[in-house]
This record gives sequence, structure tokens and C-alpha cells, in this order.
Amino acid sequence: MASSLIPAGDFRTSYAVDTTIFPTVTSRNFAIAGVVLCALAPFALNDYWMSMLIAIGIYGIAALGLNVLLGFTGQISIGHAAFFLFGAFTSAYLSSKMGVPAFFAIPLSGLVTALVGLIFGLPAARLKGLYLAIATLAAQYILLDFFARAEWFSGGSVPASAEPFSIFGYTFTGDHQYFYVVLAYVVVSFLLVTNMMRTRDGRALIAVRDHYLSAEIMGINLTYYRTLSFGIAAFFAGIGGALYAHYQLVVSYEGFGIERSVLFLAMVIIGGLGSVMGTLMGTAFVVLLPEAMEWLSAALRGGVIDQTLGLKNNITFVREIAIGVIIIAFLVFEPDGLAHRWHQIKAYWKFYPFSH
Amino acid sequence: MDDALDVRQVSLRFGGVRALTDVSFSIREGELFSIIGPNGAGKTSIVNCISGRYHPSEGKLFYRGQDITGLPTNARAALGIGRTFQNLALFHHMSVLDNIMVGRHHLLKNNFLTGSLYWLTGARKEELEHRRKVEEIIDFLDLQPVRKATAGTLSYGLRKRVELARAMALEPKLILLDEPMAGMNLEEKEDMARYIVDLNEEYGMTVVMIEHDMGVVMDISHRVVVLDFGKKIAEGDPAAVLADPHVKRAYLGEEDEALSDPDDVPPAMEASA
Repeated sequence: MASSLIPAGDFRTSYAVDTTIFPTVTSRNFAIAGVVLCALAPFALNDYWMSMLIAIGIYGIAALGLNVLLGFTGQISIGHAAFFLFGAFTSAYLSSKMGVPAFFAIPLSGLVTALVGLIFGLPAARLKGLYLAIATLAAQYILLDFFARAEWFSGGSVPASAEPFSIFGYTFTGDHQYFYVVLAYVVVSFLLVTNMMRTRDGRALIAVRDHYLSAEIMGINLTYYRTLSFGIAAFFAGIGGALYAHYQLVVSYEGFGIERSVLFLAMVIIGGLGSVMGTLMGTAFVVLLPEAMEWLSAALRGGVIDQTLGLKNNITFVREIAIGVIIIAFLVFEPDGLAHRWHQIKAYWKFYPFSH
Repeated sequence: MDDALDVRQVSLRFGGVRALTDVSFSIREGELFSIIGPNGAGKTSIVNCISGRYHPSEGKLFYRGQDITGLPTNARAALGIGRTFQNLALFHHMSVLDNIMVGRHHLLKNNFLTGSLYWLTGARKEELEHRRKVEEIIDFLDLQPVRKATAGTLSYGLRKRVELARAMALEPKLILLDEPMAGMNLEEKEDMARYIVDLNEEYGMTVVMIEHDMGVVMDISHRVVVLDFGKKIAEGDPAAVLADPHVKRAYLGEEDEALSDPDDVPPAMEASA
């Protein structure tokens, strides 16, 4: 499919050229331009928009981990928010109680969360599908219960505090500065996963998803890869959580229940299962949709529609319903996710005005 | 020298169902060996035992003198046992190229860490080296036009060929082909038969093939074993096996007075070669 988008005359003369991340030079330049544009964003956007971009970045990294698990390996987890929170608490603990600088605490908490993910991923060696979903649900509840009880670690009912991010004595304060930390992590994370997916272990994960019996015949150890994908998913959840901790500077376990885990699933499914870039699109969609609905309902308030229907304060409920309806409509009309739609739009322009 | 494969009194039971009963045969190094028999005879069961999908209830399997009866399935690829499946078992959402690259899993050394750091760890270099090997296989099987196509979108005949390519990619010494020509037209069958002969003669692989097309089996096999109801009823060179009255009865259902007692199966005919 992707090969059809390579322009005429673009002949690959070496295997190295044929294995680049971006199929054409133009697409690579566009991606670089995108990153540069993001880097310039703090000069143009206000605090509100910066906080939106930071949220997309932080949740995007965590969702990327979930996409490795769900999209690429075909294993479900409904405990992703708990791993996210575990990373946040770990980084807060390391930075405020152990005196580890945030610079080291973030990757460190990613690793610790990965270890926890490996432990909770062990049932994956035996369980599949709905049974595995229930097993991961246990991770959600066990971890959340742990946060509520382990006061030495999470502060219990008192939110844990985290130190601000700083390197070489320079502290990143405020949305405009912290954005660069998040941007760096987003670029690195997405590059790492893209690379992994085009090498041996990435292919092995997809092989386990597509046909585990023949994967085993090809010499792939199913237990190893099924557990490994849980570790990778938890690693990125932990990184995302740690970034969240040093952004908010306080971490509380409230608001990280199962509904947050489901939201992570929504990001991955809406973005496109098994699509690295789609993850970011899906995250942006899920983060921005409630905001967009908020603006819409604010615009509606006191307007003609509001008065004729007599909505008044019920407008907030209309907003919630609209979000639900849009997600359902999305899944019905675009089950392959935003990444697929994006690809089709590209193909449309490429072949315009000939649609075939 | 040890045989490429030695199957010793293998039995396989699923509850009360006896899929295989006391099957023994051995395959010599460099042989093109066919397993034939009517439907449900246990052909795929024995191949599954060899490739590790099933573990025999009784009996032992020796691969080049090594006991592989209890070896994990995924450990057999590194020993040099590859196979294709009767029902297509490709990785449907992957490109043909990636499917074949999965076959090189046990030959590649990069892992999720070194792979993620693609440019820094030599993973890129390694991937490109193996790409070269994969391209050789693509050339051999004429898969160039579909290299980048998603495996799930290909026609049946092509998918069978991709599966063969994937099995070849792990550089097996013993390759098990489960009905490589099922559902193919004459031209595709002829191509596949040539590929199989080349695998055996050019690449020096020991080939074990399950096939229903008697014409192909008789033409290219060195030796044949015949299974019926999970038992071996004949073994030997193709012509002799075809002339065997037990084989005739299994296939055609002939009533033969002399053979009325099914337990009274004579010892297998040995190859005259």
C-alpha cells in the first residue's frame, strides 16, 4: 500500500535507501519541519495552548506504549493508567525523597515501571483475549490500592510532590519551558519505537499478533515476547507518568481510575492500532475533543438554539453526550483509525485528479 | 552418519482418538521424502510432531542423532528445522519482505534495545546484510513484484510461495512442506515442483513433503511413506509403494481376500535404492 505512494522516477538503488523511516525525502522533510514548528510553538501560543500540547505529548508517549502492546502485539491491557501513575509516583519519590535530579528520575522511573509491567505481564504467557483483559484489570486495582495505602511512597491521601525539571542549574518552569522537555521525550520515544518496529524484535511482536503458531515455528519464543511487550508498554507509561509528575509538581492518585485506562485505549484505537504516528493523532483527538466541545457549548450558551430548546444548565450534559456520540461515530466510520484516514487523504492528493 | 530424521514408534493420541499409532521411519540426509495417505491418515500430525506443534504421546524423534522429542517448538528453528503450513499461516498484515525477514529471526542478533537505537548499535548494518540474503530468496522464488505488498492481499498461489520463502529464510537443513501444491493450477504446481527440486538439489536441504498430487510425488520423491488411519502401511521408492496392495486398498478401497485382516500388516517395503 505504502509503495503505491512512491512517486514515479524514485528508484531505490540500495537496500539502505529502501529501509528509511520515511518513504520519500519530501515526507522526511515534512516531519522535520513539523518538529521545528513544534519547537517554535512556545513563541506563538499562550499558556492554554501550551498546556494542551504538553498533555498531548505526555499522554501520547504513554499511549505509544499501549499501542506496542495492543496494536502491535495484539494484547489488551485495561490497567495502563495505573502504570502511568506508577511512573509519576516513582519519579516524584525519587526526586523529592531520594534527591535524584528529575533529569535522571524520569528514565529511571520508566525502568522501574517496566519491571512492574513485566510482573503484571506474566499472565500474558498463558492468557489471551478477554481473559487477559480481566487479568490486567487486576493490575489497575492492585496498583491503585497500593498507592492509597503506601504512604511512604505515594503520600497516601496527601498528594506527593515532585521537584521541577532542571539541567546544569537551569530550571524549566512554566508551560512554555517545560514543553521542550516533553517535545524531546516525544521525538526520542517515537524514534525508538519506529526503529524497534523495523528490526528483529518489532517484527517478532507483530508475528506473535498475526499468527502465533507460525511465529513459534520461526523460532520466536512466545512467552518472552508476550511478556516483553508488557514491559515496553509499562516503560512508556512510566516515562509519560514521570513527565506528568514533573509538570504538575504534585501527584495524586485521584482521577486515574479505570476510566483513564479506557481513555488510553480510546487514544490508541482512534489513532490506529499498530500505527506509531497514528498514536499521536489519536491522543490529540482524545485530548482536544472535550476542549472543542467546551468551546462549542460556550458558544451555544445564550444563543438561539439554547433558548428555543431551553437547555440552560443542561448544556454540559449535551457536551458529554456529544463526546460519546462522536467517538461511536468515529469507530463506525473509521475503524482503522486516523492514521488510515491520513493515508487515504495523502493518496487522494497524490493521484488527483485520477482517483485510481 | 546419523539420519536427518529418525521417527521411532511415534504414537499420538487426543483423548480416545488415535491420530498416530506406532509410526516409524527414517529420512536420510539430502533426501526428498514424501508422506502420502488418504485424508485423516495422520500426515499433518506426524509433521506437527516433527516441527514441535504436537508432542508425541509415545515414541521418540531424533534429528541428526539428537533427541528432539521434548524440545520446545521455538528451539527447533535454530537447529535447522523449517516448515510451511497446509492452511496458510502468513503474518497477514506484514509486507512480504517482513514476513520473510521473520524467518531470519534466529539468525539475527539485534534485540529490542539495539534495534531501537538502529543507527548506533549496528542493527542497521545487520538488517541490511540479512536483507541481502532475503533478496536472494525473493529472486529464487520470483517474488520481486510483490516484495512490498501486504501478505494478506496476495493470491493463494503467491501466498504459498511466500510461505516457502519464509521457511527457506531460516536456512533449514530439514524443511517440512505440508501440501505445498494444494489448490494450485497446473502452471503453479509445475513451478512449485521445480522450486522443491531446487531446494533439494541446489540448496542441499532434506525435504519432507506431504502432497496429494500423485503425479508430482512419483516424479520428484526419492522415497515415500504411506500412512492410513494413523499407521504406516508402506515405505519405499515411489514405484514400489504405488504397486503395494495395501496402498491400493487404502486409496481405492479394493476388497482383497488376502488382506482382510487389518492387523496383519506386513513389514514395510524397504527402498530398493
